[in-house]
Amino acid sequence: MSAAQISAASAPAPAPVPPRRSFLVRFAAAALGGVLVLFPLLAGLVVAFDPLRRKNRQTREIRVAPLDALPDDGVPRLFPVIYETLDDAWTRHRDVPAGAVYLVRAPGTSEVKALHATCPHLGCFLDYQTERRAFGCPCHKSTFDLAGVRTGGVSPRDMDELVCHVRGGAIWVKFQNFLAGRPEKEPEA
Amino acid sequence: MRAFLAWLDDRTGYRQLVHEALYERIPGGARWRYAWGSTLVFCFATQVVTGLFLWMAYSPSQQTAWESVYYIQHEMQGGWLLRGVHHFMAQAMVVLMGLHLLQVVVDGAYRAPREINFWLGLVLMQIVLGLALTGYLLPWDQKGYWATKVATNLVGLAPGLGSAAQQLVVGGPTYGHHTLTRFFALHAGLLPGLLSVFLLLHVALFRRHGIKAKEPLRQPECTFWPDQVLKDAVACLAVLAVVLGCVLWPAWSGAWKLDLTRAGAELMAPADATNQYSAARPEWYFLFLYQLLKYFPGDLEWIGAIALPTVVLLVLALMPLVGRWKYGHGFNVVFLLALLLCGVVPLTVLAWQEDHRGPDSPAYLAAVDAAAADAERIVELAQSPSRIPPTGALALLRSDPKTEGRRLFEHKCAVCHGTPGSPPDGESARIGAPNLADFASRAWLSGLLNPAQIAGPKYFGNTAHFEGEMVDFVTGELLSWSQEEIASAVLALSAEAGLPRQAAADAHDATRIEAGRALIAGEDKCAQCHKFHEAGELGTAPDLTGYGSRQWIADFVHNPAHERFYAGDANDRMPAFGESGQLSPAQIGLIADYLRQDWFQPPATGAE
Repeated sequence: MSAAQISAASAPAPAPVPPRRSFLVRFAAAALGGVLVLFPLLAGLVVAFDPLRRKNRQTREIRVAPLDALPDDGVPRLFPVIYETLDDAWTRHRDVPAGAVYLVRAPGTSEVKALHATCPHLGCFLDYQTERRAFGCPCHKSTFDLAGVRTGGVSPRDMDELVCHVRGGAIWVKFQNFLAGRPEKEPEA
Repeated sequence: MRAFLAWLDDRTGYRQLVHEALYERIPGGARWRYAWGSTLVFCFATQVVTGLFLWMAYSPSQQTAWESVYYIQHEMQGGWLLRGVHHFMAQAMVVLMGLHLLQVVVDGAYRAPREINFWLGLVLMQIVLGLALTGYLLPWDQKGYWATKVATNLVGLAPGLGSAAQQLVVGGPTYGHHTLTRFFALHAGLLPGLLSVFLLLHVALFRRHGIKAKEPLRQPECTFWPDQVLKDAVACLAVLAVVLGCVLWPAWSGAWKLDLTRAGAELMAPADATNQYSAARPEWYFLFLYQLLKYFPGDLEWIGAIALPTVVLLVLALMPLVGRWKYGHGFNVVFLLALLLCGVVPLTVLAWQEDHRGPDSPAYLAAVDAAAADAERIVELAQSPSRIPPTGALALLRSDPKTEGRRLFEHKCAVCHGTPGSPPDGESARIGAPNLADFASRAWLSGLLNPAQIAGPKYFGNTAHFEGEMVDFVTGELLSWSQEEIASAVLALSAEAGLPRQAAADAHDATRIEAGRALIAGEDKCAQCHKFHEAGELGTAPDLTGYGSRQWIADFVHNPAHERFYAGDANDRMPAFGESGQLSPAQIGLIADYLRQDWFQPPATGAE
């Protein structure tokens, strides 16, 4: 190693003013450098945005219970909703509890009303309070009457009613989740 | 804007930093040979970025590691590209590291004042190799699993604390969830963190010493930006192009058509500790070590696995000191070149040659083909309506007649019956039970009722039934039947099996099958000896009711000496696999489905 080099190396003088370079070299260096930085980033972002392609395909009606299981006394009862199959990324689960509904059968009839069991405010599970004959949210103290209409608290909308039919002696519910915290009832994607 | 930047500079001094980073002096002008280090930084940066995105979709556990990688590879948009780049960039990094080392040694860039930076480089090399090794296991496929098993067993060879170290690395006495979580923490946390720290020191020292300019200086001095940056960028782009070429290569099917479902890094079948994987090999850049181990048998193995690599590393580490001696630099260069040209390269070539051209290569190549078939099959199953159960993809493969049924047949049945599809020769011909390829199909039964074949090796030729009543019947009485009578009896008997692949033909020939059933049920014909639905009696010959159906085969394998089949002495050497407990009912069912070729078939491409 020459003496000149050592002095250049060990005592870094202020770098010389860069000589005038052609625009092309600067442009090419910057452009290629940009490609190199962006390529892995874009390849990763494409994959990271994959979840946006996924849709919730569960829109069929689900058999929740036999009609006989629900007394016609106007008192709401909680029933689990079981999906036959549920896909979670690569896994296909079978017979999965997906949520719950309160079913109310009008006295002396076979008319059934189905209410989503979570609070439309922020998704906490609603309790049915027998002595008050009302639904109450344990999180932020919203209350709803037997028809699911707000009677107090902070919920922006009434309880979410679900499409429900009685067919062949069984209760079928089109189970859906709705976006929480909004005044309008909007289904999740 | 200008005011803001001035304020920012006043508070941070960033202009000075940027200036120092970009305007490093390069005596003698920009040169291609200075680009090696930059390509390595580029590789590492790419690995960090692609690795972080892979991390978002990866799940380290026995039931989810392979499955999440499958999901990345085959179901997420662009997943094959991301994973492919990460996989092949890792290989590029190892190669470039070797070249970087070679260049540094040949140029003598390890000498004062750069000794410490050389040692930092060696540490970096170990970290990169550690990253390669830990990353290989993470997909939890057969290849990574078995290769890494060897590597961790080698850790156990180390004198003293070897087995404790092995247990620590593996996360327990056996491979499992914690092997994956620990390898993942090493691969995505500890090792990249260490690499970043050492890389920072390496680059900082490099900047302090300045570039080791190659004499003679060809051009006037210039600065890093933009001249050397351009050369570095072009070199990195070339690396990226090669990597992309590797990613797309498996998808190349000629004629400028790419089948992107095959692009990217390989993913073999899920790891299976109970299933021998003869195609296990380390990644190609470790092949020389693998080959080296073949020369150190038994208790000398530690020499090849631990002592020799340690000595080589020691010599590398001593290079800066040896280099002070008059002939030291020459020694260093010769040592490294000899190591590469007389060690690594020939050992790699030998390893490849023994696998592909050696006496044992047919077995190895067959194992590679079988592994590829399993890999393809599991993807078919994962995309079938059953999808992947919560118990993991291996459960799918283990309940697949085409895979597990074949494996069971090969282990339990093929020793006498031969492998379906292969001609009855060699060992199986000598023991010689009937070949069951296409069992109970129309073609198989036509052969059985053919006087020229029934006593041949494919049917009863090498069994006790060779001189039995069935052979007498086919070579005697049956000759008086018309061709149509024989044909319709074959159709009727084959229809008893209800083979899924023959369903359309069975429906089409319903009337001939009806005629054939009447023939079989004739008291002076088959029902003389065989029971067939209501006709005939048990005890003299196998029951033809439901012949070749899943239940019939399962019952037969359970106990062939049952009165429905070959009662008492009539059974020729076939074990009662079910009754003796050699096979579970589920396993017998898999064998039956395998013989019936009753398994999931993906819809033909283009049907979607």
